[in-house]
Amino acid sequence: MTIHSESSTGNSADNNYGASMKDGGQRRKGQDSGPSAEEYMLPSDEPVQLVDPRGEHVHNDRYPLPDGEALLAAYEKLVIGRRINEQANALVRQGRMAVYPSSHGQEACQVAAAVVLEKDDWLFPTYRDTVSVITRGVDPLEVLTLLRGDWHAGYNPQEHKTATQATPLATQLLHAVGVAHAAKLRGENTVVLAMCGDGATSEGDFHEALNFAAVFHVPVVFLIQNNEYAISVPLKNQSVAPSLAHKAIGYGMPGERVDGNDLAAMLSVLGKAADRARDGGGPALVEAHTYRMQAHTNADDPSRYRQQSDVEQWVPKDPISRMRTYLTNLNLLTDEVERSITQAAEHMAATLRDGLNEDPEVDPMDLFEFVYSEKTSQLREQAALLKEELIREGVQR
Amino acid sequence: MTDTAVRAAPAPAKTGPQPVTFAKALNAALADAMEADSSVVMFGEDVGPLGGVFRITDGLTARFGEERCFDTPLAEAGIMGMAVGMAMNGMRPVVEMQFDAFAYPAFEQVVSHVAKMPNRTKGRVTLPLVIRIPYAGGIGGVEHHCDSSESYYAHTPGLTVLAPATVRDAYLMLREAIRFPDPVVFLEPKKLYWSKETLDLEELRKTADDDGAPGVGRAVVARTGTDATLVAYGPSVPTALAAAAAAAEEGRSLEVIDVRSIVPFDDETVSASVRKTGRAVVIAEAPGFASVASEIVARIQERCFHSLAAPVRRVTGFDIPYPAPKLEHYFLPSVDRILDTVDELQWEDEA
Ligand SMILES: Cc1ncc(C[n+]2csc(CCOP(=O)(O)OP(=O)(O)O)c2C)c(N)n1
Repeated sequence: MTIHSESSTGNSADNNYGASMKDGGQRRKGQDSGPSAEEYMLPSDEPVQLVDPRGEHVHNDRYPLPDGEALLAAYEKLVIGRRINEQANALVRQGRMAVYPSSHGQEACQVAAAVVLEKDDWLFPTYRDTVSVITRGVDPLEVLTLLRGDWHAGYNPQEHKTATQATPLATQLLHAVGVAHAAKLRGENTVVLAMCGDGATSEGDFHEALNFAAVFHVPVVFLIQNNEYAISVPLKNQSVAPSLAHKAIGYGMPGERVDGNDLAAMLSVLGKAADRARDGGGPALVEAHTYRMQAHTNADDPSRYRQQSDVEQWVPKDPISRMRTYLTNLNLLTDEVERSITQAAEHMAATLRDGLNEDPEVDPMDLFEFVYSEKTSQLREQAALLKEELIREGVQR
Repeated sequence: MTDTAVRAAPAPAKTGPQPVTFAKALNAALADAMEADSSVVMFGEDVGPLGGVFRITDGLTARFGEERCFDTPLAEAGIMGMAVGMAMNGMRPVVEMQFDAFAYPAFEQVVSHVAKMPNRTKGRVTLPLVIRIPYAGGIGGVEHHCDSSESYYAHTPGLTVLAPATVRDAYLMLREAIRFPDPVVFLEPKKLYWSKETLDLEELRKTADDDGAPGVGRAVVARTGTDATLVAYGPSVPTALAAAAAAAEEGRSLEVIDVRSIVPFDDETVSASVRKTGRAVVIAEAPGFASVASEIVARIQERCFHSLAAPVRRVTGFDIPYPAPKLEHYFLPSVDRILDTVDELQWEDEA
């Protein structure tokens, strides 16, 4: 987005809600100076790209290239992210996990979404964003609890400021707005990054979330990973807007499109949106153009709705290979560094394998826990019934 | 937002017993809860300067400011979903759904997140929030303004569902709901908004502050009797009481149970009454098929079978969409319909 950090959010209609809020009172109508709505809200004509598929830097006036050290650190997470995807797929094939929606090909989005956040910021991921959650620092085995089937959410969202991975599409975007709104009321300097897919942008909750975020002028960065399909349905059946980022202007927030396979561009664009939100500039929408290289989940048959040749066109755009070339040319990625990165990735894979090969006991009596903070008499009766059955079957004493 | 000075803060309430409406009791409960706990925030459609279409939030914006009581865009899923996030981040949101049938756009958020979040996260994320819903009929409202939606919520594990029927309960139960650690669906019978009781608000305040008179999970005997039990909640309680009064004139002693808490349900109080009287009629406005009333009947049959002198009966709304204003009185459980049903409970002396 054309970000103007002086937080003149420009020609947005006079808006009582935002204007009265502590940090949102900068809106002006019919300003002579300052950018027009089109200038600051419309995405650039082409997705922002800072490192092209050949691994070469593309200059961009608005988005600085992150420095080499930052890119190298993120590159390591990228490689680990790919390894997580591979290992998780293998674990599904081995029957160790019920299902895994892979983000293979989308790892640059996954890594950038986690890396641009501070410790006290919040991340709102979806089912596909496992790599983001692990990159954020949550125990990988706790993250995989959802997909392995032990419990719905294995990690503590409050501890990691990372919401549970949302399954009902777009619903989590509103929770993100709520967390941001509460943070604002409490005077906390929290940024919230909320993720969704291209399909989810058709849901009503997507609209309500963006509208609420803009009206309340809260620090939420919405990240759409446009991977071109919602299960089998291509983007053209989802929306005929010029781009998904263009939707932002309708809500009165800036929108930007970015090459979602370009780690550098993802870091720069998301970082700038997060900084802007932190400085009281309000929400922003970022559309990352990427591609889902594998099936929706292991239950999906992509050959029914897309050609393998289409998939292959995306192979040269892979987020890892281009960053490897770029960093190698900079002499930052030496064989030695690459080896240690590979080692870290293998270590992650081993952690997943070892952890998932264990089969921790689940306690059936947990069924009645956490429904209400105190069990109702109805639940106590039902728990007693199950307990009796378990004793009869010799499962419990 | 408008200048907070436009509406003067409400004058301090007079002390001592005075006539208080159900609406005023709710308003006082909200104000007192916001006073007691700065994390309580109230929002929804038109709840700000207007004070809500039923004026339940009257004066709250003026008194507590626009950050504590505010209007949102017109979007129920948005209101509900934002409340989830705010509760996740340390606030105690109280939201108003403008009318029962207009809460349906928020249903996804209620069922998939409000009800399940604590369970999904093994209790690490709790959602202390209250969903206030002006509900049910009897006010001559046009369509979509009179639904009895309690069964949808009651059917959803994780939700606590309360329906006060008295002015006293309106105050105390709303205070309790706001303090409660779990999400509460708080059903406010619209037709009772203008009902009055003579109450001392100061005394109620003390009772609430002392954690007194719990409503969650507790039914009460609203009228004692010996011949049969009428089980009712929310808008049907006054009707049941009127039926019991009329029956008394005919020499029949009916006990009336005010359920108050639909979920969790107080089996003890209901069963004790039915064991004593041996007969029961369950009264509710909602269509009877697959309803809270059906559930209560089933529970009574299971628990009190050997004490029953007659099958447990129901008087409910018909299984039709809520009718137009001129027809609603044919639909709503009436005193006559209740008394007719009581008459059918196999009274030996009359056989
Ligand atoms: C409200 C809702 N409707 C339907 C589904 C079933 N569903 C799961 S994933 C999916 C496609 C989502 O596509 P998109 O938003 O593009 O995300 P992607 O899977 O491509 O990451 C659908 C329809 C759902 N999870 N939630």
